[in-house]
Amino acid sequence: MTDTQKPVTDITTDYDIFAPDFIKNPYPGYTEIRESQCPIAHTERYEGSWLPTRYDDVVAIAQEYETFTSRQILVMPPAAGRSEGPYAAVGAPPITSDPPDHHWHRRLILPVFAPQAVAQYEPGTRDLCNALIDEFIDKGVADAASDYAQHIPVRVISKMLGVPLTMEDEFTDWVRGALENITDAERRIKSFRSIVEYFIGEVQSRAANPREDDFITQLMNTEVEGKKVPIEYVLGVCNLMLVAGIDTTWSAIGSCMWHMAQHPEHRKQLRENPDLWPTAVEELLRVYAPVTMARIVDHDIEFQGCPMKAGDRVLMAFPAANRDPRQFENPDEVILDRQNNRHVAFGSGIHRCAGSNLARLELRVALQTWLERIPEFELIDPSSVTWAGGQVHGPRKCMVKF
Amino acid sequence: MNMKVLLDYDSCHGHQMCAIAAPEVFGSDEIGNAKVLITGEIPAALHVKVRRAESNCPERAITIIE
Repeated sequence: MTDTQKPVTDITTDYDIFAPDFIKNPYPGYTEIRESQCPIAHTERYEGSWLPTRYDDVVAIAQEYETFTSRQILVMPPAAGRSEGPYAAVGAPPITSDPPDHHWHRRLILPVFAPQAVAQYEPGTRDLCNALIDEFIDKGVADAASDYAQHIPVRVISKMLGVPLTMEDEFTDWVRGALENITDAERRIKSFRSIVEYFIGEVQSRAANPREDDFITQLMNTEVEGKKVPIEYVLGVCNLMLVAGIDTTWSAIGSCMWHMAQHPEHRKQLRENPDLWPTAVEELLRVYAPVTMARIVDHDIEFQGCPMKAGDRVLMAFPAANRDPRQFENPDEVILDRQNNRHVAFGSGIHRCAGSNLARLELRVALQTWLERIPEFELIDPSSVTWAGGQVHGPRKCMVKF
Repeated sequence: MNMKVLLDYDSCHGHQMCAIAAPEVFGSDEIGNAKVLITGEIPAALHVKVRRAESNCPERAITIIE
């Protein structure tokens, strides 16, 4: 039997983040681990990993970047064959970088994602949300995940990168191959190579015909200490924009749509009090944090009584941390005006999600635009909703009627 | 009651939760890290917002002095 087929006996010593029940709803499992004698669980599945579930532990690990490195950041070990080929060294900087390179890897892209810089994408995002809604509003039914949420981040990112929107289906397929179907090694490698090859083409076309005011061109022309940045960095950032910017945000938008479909009282609250939007977005991010990242232990260490060895994988379950009752009152409840919310949906420490301001903007605009045009809607059949999970958690089919 | 805020810039990693909670007091610098907009006395009307900024910072980079 493969790792995904064996039944879980004890979740604290044998968890399976790809078990169907866990993919659908990981929160009861996180709670069981968090409140057990072993709040940092361990499994032998998928070559082994640790799973901290308490807020303080997850944050401490995120902060200790020298001990818990970002040599690998996926929840699964690299697929065999990943390290072959001319561009095998391409990562997704800065999330796959450690200091000292991490500093300039990150410094170069942060200005692009500062709040004042991403604000320019709000009108375009609103237009594209409206265009998506135009497609189905007269039908009275829609898939909030695959007709709506799924199309928003990929189009925003394509526009930002300066690549044609006609690549949407390919990008979506590659990103899903890289992040969602990661127990399928062959598809993972193929997806990664497709991404890198596509951007090699984009870089070459810009080298031949320089463009102005285009993100890839800007990256290619960036200099560090008087030298142009290496091509691997340019390709890596393009890879990052896809793998970190598409599946993640679409999952968050989808989860929030799923929530809103079931909570007329929250729709009403936001309609009657639009000032709630800033705290509401943070609260929804807390409760539906989509992303779990991984770290690789640098050297043998005992952490909270757990004997971690050099090379061990640690899963940074931000969704579990965000529902720790030690940090958040009534953690499973959505409180749109929650006052104390130190959530870590975007991580913590030097690897805080660089695109967080863009993600927030997309989430807010996607929800606002839908709620303005379709104020009342509900799930057609809650049991028919399907989910992705493991690395990124969110609905993939979510039929609603209105 | 008098109130001032201190930002530990080295701890700030640009979550921007402070600017969301208290946009009159916290903004964003070029790389999206926090920038304190009111370095002197914080007007009393903003005290509640500043406390929320402090209690929403995931990096605990804000200190309130009163």
